[in-house]
Amino acid sequence: MIEARHLTKTFKDKKRGTITAVADVSFTCRPGQIYGLLGANGAGKTTTLRLLATLLQPTSGDATLAGFDVTRDADKVRANVGFLAASTALYGRLTARELVYYFGRLNGMADTAIRGRIKVLADELDMHEFLDRRCDKFSTGMKQKTSIARTLIHDPAIMIFDEPTLGLDVMTARAIVKFVRDCRNRGKTVIYSTHIMSEVDKLCDIVGIIHNGRLVAEGTPAALRARFGEQDLEEVFVKAVGGEAELAATLKI
Amino acid sequence: MNWKNILTVYLKELRDSLRDRRTLLSTIIIPTFLMPALFFGVGKIASGIFSKAREEIPAIMVLGGEDSPGIVAELKQAKKLRVITAAADWKQQISDKRIRAAVQLPAGFEAGLKAGSAEPVIIYNYEGELKSGFGVTELERFFRDLRDRTVAARLAERSLPATLVKPFEFKRENVAPPEKVGGNMLGGFVPYLIIILCFTGAMYPAMDLTAGEKERGTMETLLCSPVPRVDIVLGKFLMVLTGSLSAMMFSLLSMGISAFLGGMLFTGGGTARLAAATNTAQGGAAVMPMIDPLGLFGVVAMVLPVAVLFSAVIFTVALFAKSYKEAQSYVAPMIFVVIMPAVVGMLPGIDLNLRLALVPILNLSLVCKEMLSGVWHWQYIAIIFGSSSLYAALALALAVRMFNREDVMFRA
Repeated sequence: MIEARHLTKTFKDKKRGTITAVADVSFTCRPGQIYGLLGANGAGKTTTLRLLATLLQPTSGDATLAGFDVTRDADKVRANVGFLAASTALYGRLTARELVYYFGRLNGMADTAIRGRIKVLADELDMHEFLDRRCDKFSTGMKQKTSIARTLIHDPAIMIFDEPTLGLDVMTARAIVKFVRDCRNRGKTVIYSTHIMSEVDKLCDIVGIIHNGRLVAEGTPAALRARFGEQDLEEVFVKAVGGEAELAATLKI
Repeated sequence: MNWKNILTVYLKELRDSLRDRRTLLSTIIIPTFLMPALFFGVGKIASGIFSKAREEIPAIMVLGGEDSPGIVAELKQAKKLRVITAAADWKQQISDKRIRAAVQLPAGFEAGLKAGSAEPVIIYNYEGELKSGFGVTELERFFRDLRDRTVAARLAERSLPATLVKPFEFKRENVAPPEKVGGNMLGGFVPYLIIILCFTGAMYPAMDLTAGEKERGTMETLLCSPVPRVDIVLGKFLMVLTGSLSAMMFSLLSMGISAFLGGMLFTGGGTARLAAATNTAQGGAAVMPMIDPLGLFGVVAMVLPVAVLFSAVIFTVALFAKSYKEAQSYVAPMIFVVIMPAVVGMLPGIDLNLRLALVPILNLSLVCKEMLSGVWHWQYIAIIFGSSSLYAALALALAVRMFNREDVMFRA
């Protein structure tokens, strides 16, 4: 379970002064649910997820993941989280097996447990063919499968996905979407950030629309459609953030 | 702090680094082959140039000497000199290296010699030019020989013994053991080389494990793991230290092998000429310089905290960079900061004192020079080891602190 309470994050910038990347964000995501964080580029999605993954410390507010506080029990939070983002790359000079094994060790697993888990994941993700090849020679699909295996090696209760399909081909993106759905079906708590509306429609049980660091709307896709009187989720999103002019101004287009 | 985590991170970094060509080059290949290359390669080239210059019979001009035909004829007959016709532009010819030297015979030189009051002979040369130097040496030898013969003839005329002008001989003999001779000769150079190699050995792993990881996107992957930051820093830091120390160890090993092989060549029959040359130059028995193994062990022990200091400082600086290239631009200029005190330590006349014992790098350079010469100032050794360890601990604490800073790890 993820519970974010008034999460706020500010950064200091020499030129722009204090920048509020996330402002007073609160939401709850339960096990067996996918919470979709929908927002334009720079809306604050990545910062919110980094706060949840304890990569960043909140300026104010707090969050608990699997019962652990992100500030006080950061190590325990990370032990219960699998974090997959476009920015979490692989060690090119290691083989897929070495890499997954390494993260198993970092998660405190015993050798035999890691070996068993790698076997299971390689079966599930069809990785046997490239398991002992170096990651720098991988195709995008192989890389994504290895990244997924890396996040799942310790079988975390919570999965955080930050735009995991960014820049992927259709087949690999479909495989990721299927994998995210599988995570929910196994009872994991899933938070998924994206700006692709079709993915939100396909995957998310609850959607939180984030704009300029603030959570401006939240609910099931059906509830949001009803609230904004639009069937198309893209239109719902535009209305939620204050209209096209506001969105264009934020994106500076 | 959990040593199991630290070891996990370290072993992964070690495996990763052993597959990185740049790290292998800076920590193993260059330190291993630099010394033999310097010892044999550069030495052979220099020796070749020297021998070739030696083989050349220097062309010289005799200025004046029309009234000293006997001496001019002797000069022309000298096997190691080639007398060419005098020309008005002799100075220009020396400058242009067309002739190696010129000798000015004063008017009435031969007659003056017979009468016992000759004017001085002047030799013109190109100062600092090797082949001109050889020409001058031959000319000086010729005139020294002429002077000796003249003295001998005058003594014989007066029925006086040769011991009148040379009442006794003297010669020089070395009593210092070869280790001390080696320590004095190499005492400045060895620490200098070790300091530089320790630094360059740490450079590439440090940049690769920090800025390189940020650039490749693997840093964020690693930070997602539940391992405490301090364990990650220490695991990575140990790898950087391994790079630094392996550069030093490979360099020392290769230096030892080079010195051993060089020594065999030096003392072998093939180089008897070289030994003879040294013998002549020293006026006594030639000594094969050696490095005192105990001194070398002392150097390795003293270098340890400095290697920790280098590793931690480079790690911290490189951590601040967003990319490998940016890290290079921060770290590369630091080598001058390292070279300067190391060079100062090599200079003769700078001795260790309490104030200098607290200056990092310079203190190491100076104490190593002393240890290699067999001088052990234990109080300074303790101060230097202690202060270097303190600086290293502070640098390491700074590295951990920087690793925990969001604005460093996620610098936009």
